[in-house]
Amino acid sequence: MNLLKKYYYGDIPEDKTGGSELKDLPKSSPSGADWPLWEIFIRSKQGLDHKHVGSLHAADAQMAIENARDVYTRRMEGISIWVVESKHIHASNPDDAENFYEPAEDKVYRHPTFYDLPDEVKHM
Amino acid sequence: MSVQQLEKIFQGKVDEEIKIEPKDWMPDKYRQTLIRQISQHAHSEIVGMLPEGNWITRAPSLKRKAILLAKVQDEAGHGLYLYSATETLGTTREQTIDDLHRGKAKYSSIFNYPTLTWADIGAIGWLVDGAAILNQVMLTRASYGPYARAMVRICKEESFHQRQGFEILLVLSKGTKEQKEMCQDAINRWWWPSLMMFGPHDSESTHSDQSMKWKIKRKSNDELRQNFVDMIAEQAKVLGMTLPDQELKWNDKTRHYEFGEINWDEFWSVVKGNGPCNKQRLDARRKAWEEGEWVREAATAYADKRKAKPPSAKGALVAA
Repeated sequence: MNLLKKYYYGDIPEDKTGGSELKDLPKSSPSGADWPLWEIFIRSKQGLDHKHVGSLHAADAQMAIENARDVYTRRMEGISIWVVESKHIHASNPDDAENFYEPAEDKVYRHPTFYDLPDEVKHM
Repeated sequence: MSVQQLEKIFQGKVDEEIKIEPKDWMPDKYRQTLIRQISQHAHSEIVGMLPEGNWITRAPSLKRKAILLAKVQDEAGHGLYLYSATETLGTTREQTIDDLHRGKAKYSSIFNYPTLTWADIGAIGWLVDGAAILNQVMLTRASYGPYARAMVRICKEESFHQRQGFEILLVLSKGTKEQKEMCQDAINRWWWPSLMMFGPHDSESTHSDQSMKWKIKRKSNDELRQNFVDMIAEQAKVLGMTLPDQELKWNDKTRHYEFGEINWDEFWSVVKGNGPCNKQRLDARRKAWEEGEWVREAATAYADKRKAKPPSAKGALVAA
């Protein structure tokens, strides 16, 4: 069964392409193997946090910073760059999200709107 | 949990407009469709640099050269955003690029047409980028988070591309007789291939439309194409140029332009590798990859050498 019969701009299915594939082209040489992946964080202006903007490959941190400058700050989007090798990022598991964040759900008293005060009270 | 249950949860999220992120469960077909579509999109950005790169050294003024350089550099950046988005789905960069070089993966056929005159650079910006923007604006709302975010970034940069293209043509349209002819000629050659960019007619599908249901896409090819024709037909008047279609006319009832039939034999022929520049484009990409090998090796060697040295006393805190 082929559910993806309909194709869109930029989405030409492989069964329609034929003709030009080079089966005998040698595999890329091992020396060209991917450089490590780096996550890029940019501070857009003084006083704001660094924010994750994307990722790129680079041989080392210095190259990652230089590439990030070229890729993510061509229009003055940043004044400071952090790079972190992606393998060093540890993330919470989306499958655990329900249990993980559940304890915060029944604590509405942590929000200011929980407290009903008379209208006469100003500036609070 | 069974696959059926997981699929139900997944579709529920999509229906509620909750973005799907890389670590979330997703159907294999959704993943495969995205890998194919996003990588084709990335390849299009990269191959798209070639027809324009052809004119960097011959741009008519320093201003035009600087603008064209900036635009081509943007395309490289767009390719990178999209390659990164592809990688979040579990492919490697190297494999994705290798698929292009082997001719296994496709890119937009529009880039298999040659850029014969300076006016072509204008026509590409106006028509080709114009068509791409319509598609990309829609894709900023795609259900897959990394793809949608890449699109937001790209759309922000892309509108300069279309405007500079239109401006090139506008200047030519007010120029000498030769310049006007050059302008019209470029429009004549790029018009139909631009319409083909939106892909085959919707009517070619009788199956349920999975991409739409998954909200990877939100508009059909024909809808987008109609938007494009309506937009461009009006803009062409500002240029005082015509579009090469005898059947193009405004329909007061539908409030849309009617237009002639696309030559689909040409479309499929170019997709299958028989366009004017298919071979040239892939050869250029392979050559760049092969001749860049020593650069990649040198960068790796240099990184290893630096790693071997003791780290500086300042360390990471300096970065903060």
